[in-house]
Amino acid sequence: MSNEIAPLTDPGLPEHIHRKADVDPRAAKRAERQVGILFLLSVFGTLLFIYAYVGIDESIFIFLPIMGTTNAHQLFLGLGLAMSLFFIGMAAVHWAKTLMPDHEVIDHRKEQRSKDEDRSAFVATVKERAGEAGLGRRPFIKRTMGLALGLVGLSPILLLRDLGPLPENELNETNWKAGTRLVTDPGDRPLKPSDLEVGGVAQVQPEFPPGKERHLDDIAKDSVLLIRIRPEEFNLDPERLSWTYEGIIAFSKICSHMGCAVALYEQTTKHLLCPCHQSTFDVTRAAKVIFGPAARALPQLAITVDSEGYIVAKAPFNEAVGPSFWERDSK
Amino acid sequence: MSARERVAGQVANYVDERTGSAKWLKKTLTKVFPDHWSFMLGEIVLYSFIILLLSGTFLTFWFDPSMREVEYEGSYEPLSGLKMSAAYASTLHISFDVRGGLLMRQIHHWAALIFMAAMVAHLMRVFFTGAFRKPREFNWIIGVGLLTLGIVEGFLGYSLPDDLLSGTGIRIAEAIIQALPVVGSYLAYFIFGGAFPGEMFIQRIYVVHILLIPGIFLALITAHLMLVWYQKHTQYPGPGRTEKNVVGYPLMPVYMAKAGGFFFIVFGVTAFLGAFASINPLWLYGPYTPGQISAGSQPDWYMGWLDGLVRMAPPLETYWFGYTISWNILIPGLIIPGIIFTGMALYPFIESWMTGDKREHHLLDRPRNAPNRTALGAMSITFMLVALINGGNDLIATHFDLSINQIMWFTRIGIIVLPPLVFVITKRICLSLQRADRELVLHGRETGRLVMLPHGEFIEVHEPLSPQRAYLLTQHEQLPALEPVAADANGVRNPRGAKAKIQARLSRANQEQIAKPTPKELLEIEDHH
Repeated sequence: MSNEIAPLTDPGLPEHIHRKADVDPRAAKRAERQVGILFLLSVFGTLLFIYAYVGIDESIFIFLPIMGTTNAHQLFLGLGLAMSLFFIGMAAVHWAKTLMPDHEVIDHRKEQRSKDEDRSAFVATVKERAGEAGLGRRPFIKRTMGLALGLVGLSPILLLRDLGPLPENELNETNWKAGTRLVTDPGDRPLKPSDLEVGGVAQVQPEFPPGKERHLDDIAKDSVLLIRIRPEEFNLDPERLSWTYEGIIAFSKICSHMGCAVALYEQTTKHLLCPCHQSTFDVTRAAKVIFGPAARALPQLAITVDSEGYIVAKAPFNEAVGPSFWERDSK
Repeated sequence: MSARERVAGQVANYVDERTGSAKWLKKTLTKVFPDHWSFMLGEIVLYSFIILLLSGTFLTFWFDPSMREVEYEGSYEPLSGLKMSAAYASTLHISFDVRGGLLMRQIHHWAALIFMAAMVAHLMRVFFTGAFRKPREFNWIIGVGLLTLGIVEGFLGYSLPDDLLSGTGIRIAEAIIQALPVVGSYLAYFIFGGAFPGEMFIQRIYVVHILLIPGIFLALITAHLMLVWYQKHTQYPGPGRTEKNVVGYPLMPVYMAKAGGFFFIVFGVTAFLGAFASINPLWLYGPYTPGQISAGSQPDWYMGWLDGLVRMAPPLETYWFGYTISWNILIPGLIIPGIIFTGMALYPFIESWMTGDKREHHLLDRPRNAPNRTALGAMSITFMLVALINGGNDLIATHFDLSINQIMWFTRIGIIVLPPLVFVITKRICLSLQRADRELVLHGRETGRLVMLPHGEFIEVHEPLSPQRAYLLTQHEQLPALEPVAADANGVRNPRGAKAKIQARLSRANQEQIAKPTPKELLEIEDHH
């Protein structure tokens, strides 16, 4: 491992080998024809594109192996466009490779840094000009300028303030209140326990008073999954058990990890799976995390039935739904 | 003088009298570019960027970046009458009711994938050949910036249509913002104009996607190319190629034809993909609503590794002093990518510190002659691939009949075990290849011809290498490792002792080499024969 080794001597650029088209006029003529044909193929592509645009009806579907059923209009538009572009490129490259000069040329390279005298002249200029500005001699200007430049950035930042409201307590709140009926999503029908068979699942939202519209913002935190299993399968503490009703248990559908909809319910294992990051929750144990990156169980909604026999929320969620945030009370 | 020459002369005269650019133009048109297929990777990035600008402009003529709720009345019947955002409805309109609209959408999406893929391939070429070394560190950093912006730009782009799949992606991005300590929920509320999903997000990311980031791209790409131009392109080593020259073809006409032609080829191939390979058929997903999801939710591949990291994170969340910190989001979503991208941006400086080499380099390294760097690159790729595999764990599970838990555990362990393993293996392979080169130079090429000597011994005839090949295999430098300077001649301890020791240790690892044959050794062997 030493660097005294001199490399073997550089034999220099290998000798240039002539191409066929360089020496044989017939080969050159042939190459010229090939380039021409490639350009003509591009012309054909453009014509195909125009024909497809005006001549192929958009309702025609054709079957292609592997691709399946495809819209003929879009397909031939694309094919025409692809051909018209691709063959221009092929023609140009073929032209360059067969007919343009292929002698390698040597260009010399100099070091990136400037000459020493230029460098010192530059430094001298900077020093001289900076001296003329006199910043060093006038500390008051220096300091006030620093202050002004430091503060001027505040205005544009402040201007961004109205991008949105402050979160206040909103991340902790949902539209669920004690006594709110659970209505189906979609459909907005209130549910009775008898509507859900053992093994059944329903997506529900809180019932809104007439005239109040449900926005995506509401769905993003109110969505609840209602699952019915046999009551004896629950493995819950007495308090959580009292939040269920005849084997029906309700969880926030918004994943406690990153807010995706926890949509996959496996009846046999009674597991809920989030398709985004595969966090898996055990329904029988109050949606405890049994696999994946989620750190918290899905919030459980306490339910019961009202005087008319419809399922209602017994109380609002006792914790924030959805992904975590700094101020979240995660006790 | 022919008529054509006269016209050319007149044009040149007209331009020069107004700009005085004759000298500069002459130099420019005869500028030399070295030829190698791997130098085209960066070109593909540039060309797909142009394709993205063209196809993207077309899409803006119809796209309505609004989350206003509308009822769909277009010609795609399965969604007829459904309530959806104007953004989604206008994307459906482009796909079904604008002639060539679907084609342009698919070209735009394919071009984005090619843009990112070519950028990563270009980055690997630059890394493994050491093209980032002095004086090209600025260009390396610009490149890392472009890559980072590309990921963001791609994500914003596929978020725009507001379909069920992309909306889920936005939800995840919102969760990452919300997880930021102290400012998270405020930042999320500012960006989304209130609670998720709100009604502002699409129009805000639209302007970022079509104006802000493309503008920055344009500026950075210009600077990147100007530096390439000004510093002259690197070249692969070989006979006649030195640190002091550039060997290749002149810009006019050869490179103009080749590079110009290549633009059309890239565009043609992208159009072909757009015509034949369906991508992001978002009419199948339906409009976004936070209460639903499509199974097999996948981001585009350049985000897949990030998603894979998030998926494999252990369920770690802390609640200290009344504040919640989601480590399961912050570590894979921000901290690890932050370390990776910062490390990547700083690598040229780290390497030059390890080698103590502050000189300019214009000749590229053969990857085997920089075993440590090559191993580091292979290790990083392994890390990314394991993460990417986990990003598609649900698809792999369904396609190959595996359980998600198995894949998750494989990648959780693999991401820690495999990269170092690959580092060691790659480094050994590089050293073996160096050994093979040495053998080749000293003993020549094995011809496979066996000869029986008069006394009955069989030997295989070796043919000496051509001088060109022998030069190629021995032209590289082998720097000695740095010595730690613990104390000077008078026994005064070096104040930078500890740092110098680390530097020397790293340098030793970095400069591990199989000594290349010397001319002397070669002579001895020739005498011997």
